[in-house]
Amino acid sequence: MDVADGGGYMSGVRVAGIGLTHFGQHPERPSRDLFGEAGLAALDDAAIEREDVEALMYGNFMGEISDHQGHMGPLVAEAVGLDVPATRFESACASSATAVREAVMNIRSGEQDVVLVGGAERMTNISTPDATEALALAADDLYEVSAGMTFPGAYALMARAYFEQYGGSREDLAHIAVKNHYNALENEYAQYRREISTEDVLDAPPVAEPLGLYDACPLTDGASAAVLVSEEYAEANGLDASVAITGTGQGGDKIALQDREFLARTPAARKAATEAYDDAGIAAEDVDVVEVHDCFTIAEVMATEALGLYEPGEGIAAAREEETTREGPHPVNLSGGLKAKGHPVGATGTNQIAALTRLLRGDHPHSDAIADSPTAVAHNAGGTAASTAIHVLEEAQS
Amino acid sequence: MSDESRDAGHADLLDAIESGEGYYLACENGHGSLPPQRICPECGSRELTQEALPEEGEVETFTVIHATTPSFAEDTPYVVAVVGLGPVGLTGQVRGVEPDAVETGASVRPTVVETETTGERTIGFRP
Repeated sequence: MDVADGGGYMSGVRVAGIGLTHFGQHPERPSRDLFGEAGLAALDDAAIEREDVEALMYGNFMGEISDHQGHMGPLVAEAVGLDVPATRFESACASSATAVREAVMNIRSGEQDVVLVGGAERMTNISTPDATEALALAADDLYEVSAGMTFPGAYALMARAYFEQYGGSREDLAHIAVKNHYNALENEYAQYRREISTEDVLDAPPVAEPLGLYDACPLTDGASAAVLVSEEYAEANGLDASVAITGTGQGGDKIALQDREFLARTPAARKAATEAYDDAGIAAEDVDVVEVHDCFTIAEVMATEALGLYEPGEGIAAAREEETTREGPHPVNLSGGLKAKGHPVGATGTNQIAALTRLLRGDHPHSDAIADSPTAVAHNAGGTAASTAIHVLEEAQS
Repeated sequence: MSDESRDAGHADLLDAIESGEGYYLACENGHGSLPPQRICPECGSRELTQEALPEEGEVETFTVIHATTPSFAEDTPYVVAVVGLGPVGLTGQVRGVEPDAVETGASVRPTVVETETTGERTIGFRP
C-alpha cells in the first residue's frame, strides 16, 4: 500500500543530520564501534540531544558471520548511548534502506518524531573466500548456492543475459567503473580514491565471466547513519534540516534468478521506483541526480533502466557516451558508487541517503555539479534486486 | 546423509533426477514451481501435482566462475548455468563440455553431479 493512501495525519520527514565512517579496510573494528562513530557523528550533525531519539533502526547483513553477533539492535543502541527500542533490519544489501523506509513511515504516521537510522558491516576481518560465502547467503541456498553460484556469478548471469538480449560489451561496463572511480577522487570517505582506465578494467582477472575484478565493488568495513525527524520537530527545535525525504518505495521479486521472467531486468526496482515517485509526486523525467546500487557494473545499467532514466537495453552505453558522468544530463553515483566508495553491505542504503543529503544541502564535493533545487533518488538493491528500496530526496518546501 | 540434515523436497528432487525421474510442481493453470512449495507463486493455486521434468532444456545464461567460496575452491573454473526446462528453470553446473565451448541456447540435459571440493550433490547439466 502506498503510505500516502493511509489517510489521516501525515508528517513530512526531514534529514536532520548524517554521519559516516571512512569506508575501507578496518578489520580490527567490531561493527558496534563502526556504528558508534557514524551514529554519534549523525547526532552531532543534527545538533539534537540524544534523549530526544525515540527509536533506532539498524541495517546489517552478515554480522553473524563476521562479528559472531546476532541481536544487534540493543548492542548498537548502547554504542551510541541510546536506551530506546532498537531493531535490526536485514534485507541483504538493501538492509539499511529498508530501515530508512520504516523510519519514514513511522514518522509520517506520527508514531515517532526522531529516529536514528543507519547500518554497519564488518567484512575484511574474514578471508575473501569466506566473505564470498557470507554474501552468497543472500541467494537461494538450495537452488543457487548449492550449485556454486556466487554473487559475482549471479550478476554475471544477468550481464550475459543482458548482452544476449540487448547487446553491449564489457567495454561499455568498463566505462561505468572508470566513471565511478573518477567521482570518488574527492570523496574523503571513499575506499578507492584513484583513477582507473578502461584497460585496467578489461585486463583485470576474471571473477565470474563476463565480469572481472574491476567490475565488482570491493569488500568494505564501514558504517553510516542519519537522524530523521518530523518537520514539526525540526521547526519546533529550530533545526537546520533543509532536506526532505519525500518518497519511499520498496519492491520484491522471487529470490532465485531461475524463477524469474526477466534475467536482464530488475522489476522489483521498477515497482519500488513507481511507488516512490508516486509518493513524492514526481515522474522519472524530474529526477536530476541518483545514487544507485552498482555492486557490479551491470547493476548500474539495470538500475538506471528500472528508475526510468533509460529504456530497457539503452542504459548500457550511458557511461561510455558520458551521459551519466558528472557533466552529463543524468549524473549517476557522484559519490563514487559502491564500486569506488566501497560497499559495507548494511551501511550502503543510509550512505546513499547521506551522500544525497550532502549534495542537496551543498557540502558534498560535487554539489556544484547539479542543478539548483534538484530531485535526488537513492536506489538500494538486495540480492539480485529481489529486495529493492528507493527514496526520493528534495529540498524542503518550508 | 542423515535424515536430520536432509532438506525435504529439494533432496527428494535430486534423488528423482538422479534416477531419471525428475519432476516439477504444476498447478492447473500450467505454472511450474520447485519443491518444497505449497502454493503456486504465480496464481495462488494450492492444487499442485508432480509433472515429469523435460529431459532436455536450453541454456538461458551462464557464467564461468573463477573466484569462489571455500566449498567450491577446487572446482574452479566451473560453469554455472540457468537452464529453462518447460515451465521451470534450474541452476546447475555444466559438465562434459569445456567452459569456452558453452553457449546460450545450447541444449542440455539435467542431471545430478558431485562437486569437486566437498563431494556434495548438486544439480548439473550435460550436453
